[in-house]
Amino acid sequence: MSTEWEVVIGLEVHVQLNTQSKIFSGAATAYGADPNTQACAIDLGMPGVLPVLNKEAVRKATLFGLSVDAEIAKHSVFARKNYFYPDLPKGYQISQYELPIVGKGHLDIVTDNGIKRIGITRAHLEEDAGKSLHEDFHGMTGIDLNRAGTPLLEIVSEPDMRSAAEAVSYLKTLHNLVTHLGICDGNMQEGSFRCDANVSIRPKGQQEFGTRTETKNVNSFRFVERAINYEIERQISVLEQGGTIDQATLLYDAAKNETRPMRSKEEANDYRYFPDPDLLPLALDDEWIESVRDTLPELPHEKRDRYQQAFGLSEYDASVLVANKALAHYFESALDNTQAPAKLVTNWVMGDLSGALNKASLDISESPVSAEQLAGLLDRIHDDTISSKIAKTVFEAMWNGEGDANAIIAAKGLQQVTDTGAIETIIDDVMAANPTQLEQYRSGKDKLFGFFVGQVMKQTQGKANPQQVNDLLKKKLSS
Amino acid sequence: MHTKTLQALASALADKSVSSVELTEHFLKRCREHNDNLNSFITLTEETALAQAKAADDARAKGNAGPLTGIPFAQKDLFCTKGIKTTCASKMLDNFIAPYDATLVTKCQDAGLVSLGKTNMDEFAMGSSNENSHYGAVKNPWDTARVPGGSSGGSAAAVAARLVPAASGTDTGGSIRQPASFSGITGIKPTYGRVSRYGMIAFASSLDQGGVFTQTAEDAALLMNVIAGFDPKDSTSADVAVPDYAATLNDSLHGLKIGLPKEYFAEGLDSSIATIIENAAKTLEQQGASVTEISLPNTPSAIPVYYVIAPAECSSNLSRFDGVRYGYRCEAPNDLEDLYKRSRGEGFGAEVKRRIMIGTYALSAGYYDAYYLKAQQVRRMISNDFQQAFNDVDVILGPTCPTTAFKLGEKTTDPVSMYLNDIYTISTNLAGLPGMSIPAGFVDGMPVGMQLIGNHFSEAKLLNIGHQFQQVTDWHQQMPEGF
Repeated sequence: MSTEWEVVIGLEVHVQLNTQSKIFSGAATAYGADPNTQACAIDLGMPGVLPVLNKEAVRKATLFGLSVDAEIAKHSVFARKNYFYPDLPKGYQISQYELPIVGKGHLDIVTDNGIKRIGITRAHLEEDAGKSLHEDFHGMTGIDLNRAGTPLLEIVSEPDMRSAAEAVSYLKTLHNLVTHLGICDGNMQEGSFRCDANVSIRPKGQQEFGTRTETKNVNSFRFVERAINYEIERQISVLEQGGTIDQATLLYDAAKNETRPMRSKEEANDYRYFPDPDLLPLALDDEWIESVRDTLPELPHEKRDRYQQAFGLSEYDASVLVANKALAHYFESALDNTQAPAKLVTNWVMGDLSGALNKASLDISESPVSAEQLAGLLDRIHDDTISSKIAKTVFEAMWNGEGDANAIIAAKGLQQVTDTGAIETIIDDVMAANPTQLEQYRSGKDKLFGFFVGQVMKQTQGKANPQQVNDLLKKKLSS
Repeated sequence: MHTKTLQALASALADKSVSSVELTEHFLKRCREHNDNLNSFITLTEETALAQAKAADDARAKGNAGPLTGIPFAQKDLFCTKGIKTTCASKMLDNFIAPYDATLVTKCQDAGLVSLGKTNMDEFAMGSSNENSHYGAVKNPWDTARVPGGSSGGSAAAVAARLVPAASGTDTGGSIRQPASFSGITGIKPTYGRVSRYGMIAFASSLDQGGVFTQTAEDAALLMNVIAGFDPKDSTSADVAVPDYAATLNDSLHGLKIGLPKEYFAEGLDSSIATIIENAAKTLEQQGASVTEISLPNTPSAIPVYYVIAPAECSSNLSRFDGVRYGYRCEAPNDLEDLYKRSRGEGFGAEVKRRIMIGTYALSAGYYDAYYLKAQQVRRMISNDFQQAFNDVDVILGPTCPTTAFKLGEKTTDPVSMYLNDIYTISTNLAGLPGMSIPAGFVDGMPVGMQLIGNHFSEAKLLNIGHQFQQVTDWHQQMPEGF
């Protein structure tokens, strides 16, 4: 009998904070400059240089902590993580270890089973390393230290996720939050938002965790999902063949869709963490923390609550909308520009619009149909100019760039027929043309009602108001 | 001319009885004459020195001179100097030219001091004899068979032999005060955070502090006016107002309460030195101070605590010397690991490697709590001892070292006995307090220093006491023969 496995996932996300200068030096952080042109003596780890903490990095970390309802440490400590690597100029990374700036918090994500709260263990400030370049150096390695010293906020989650899909949902929610807060540019290709996934499995019902592996630096939502799923399958296969999982650090190869060991336990580093004597403990007072809190924008979860209360949206619908800042903005713009009720707006934004975007692999910010255009369409549905069914045709035309809803309706003559006399005439024609069905209906075959509705709609090319058709048909058929 | 104090030279420059170029040429000549013997300089920068002297004279002619404009000076070769080699007396940095100036160097330049060169030292400031230098040992001018002390031995010997009126030093566990004592000159280690560490190549970041060697306390006060102050580039530098250290030199010692820690007069102290310090205490009493015995009970723990914390910090601080970006790189490395192992193995000397290994061990998983964390706890107790003492006394007086300068080679095979030489100086660094050594007598022709320790930011008081003591004694005016 095969075991039923439960997947346990925790994520560590490295968020590059979009400060102007580096976390411990005055060098610029802009991406893409020529190698080593944005590295000053401090970033190069020159003898005698000293770090000075960038206040803006602290502010951004604090802003994040407040946004996930976490405790902001009034006393946090920078520590040195010691290891040798050519792109680590000082031979240690300045990070936070025992006393991070952000303590326990939480983030709500949308899953197939509704809203789920994911615990955030901690978030700490640290400096990024440089980059090793292995191409074009004739068998040698080039070092670019432009990135060295870029501020990072490492956000560590609790092992609360139970599937790759949940992990992706958490990442998307977190990505939305940090871009929404304006503390990260969110550019995953450039490495502004990087993820390490800790994955383990255990037989369903077992309390203790299985041995976990850490898959490093997976830098797109799609690859995270694939890497985690690959790792889950690999672990299940190992365990089901009687093997054991080794605690290891893995690298995901997107081209081959596989994970493979980066370093094994034997080579595991002892990082010899100790408080950095070049930096005093970071002390924050209530007044300063509150001044940062005052700058918090409306947070996604606050927006969600507002959507539920003000617009009567379900928790799920509201959560989906706020999970993407641009989508929420689109929704609110559409709502502002239409007389239609919020529920109709929600259905269209989450339904037809999102469906079309997904199909075309477009982001909401790239939507061919603007929020104002959609609002125009919804107005016509709301005032019964067109039916919901016809609206889909109009939407398609809008998507194809044929103009806004009013123009399309006029040009294609899609306006709903609401003239009672006209509909009655058509009904009479239909009844006259289908005497057999009429007789069967009148002798008790109620199901044929739908047949008559269909015939009337066919005659009007779908433009007749369905409610009116229903009412009039009922009256005529039974008379 | 070279026997004059820095203060006297400043007066001579001010009344134009001598020019900076004349002074600089004179001292450079002495450096050239005696350096082969003493080995106190690693690099002499004659050209830039003369250019700076010329600039100083020009400034003076235009009326833009400060009090010390044009005075020759020397920098310990651990302060980074832009365009001039900074070696830390290590093979590792034999080819290293810093792209920037240390804050202390900039301040000295801004004050118009003329740098004659970079002085010899123990490699990366690790040592108490100046025998751990890639460029060879420095000799004590009082007896060239003896060490000048370390790690700032080159600066101490140069000032003692009057090759330069004053020089910078750094003090992590006694590296200014012990060589000042061994060489018969004045040396001050300010409060931790008083002088910027930016551009000082780090040995142990929580203990390192820059300071100066001079003939007199008054000269030290004049230089403290130059080098002290908050530096936004050093997060551990203190944003505390800097007094005019010269302004209080002549304050009376009446009512001053001096404590003699009984632990500093215990076993291991040369009895002749004990007598000298007791005599110095009597002199100060005659000047109006009162002297009482105090206790610093955790003194015996200072050396073990220091030899956990300092190596721990050094093991991390020296990781950047990896052969990748600057400094020594081994020939034809096979791979990355080989590059690291051989560059560091060949580039560092024995004492540096010993301390890196001790420190790495102390920070390792499973040992951190027992060594590093415990040492930090005891460090706090040592610091508390001092604060307790300062409830009762204004300053603490004791010997700087348990012995006078020992012979070259005498302790090189026994690191622990070498470490024990710093027993009276190390606690001060652990507590971040200012300390000063000034000449107080001689034993068998070798100078003996007395140490004054004050509470945080009490340098002005120490300099005041030193200056008053030097008004009624002439130990600081004694000069080694042959120079």
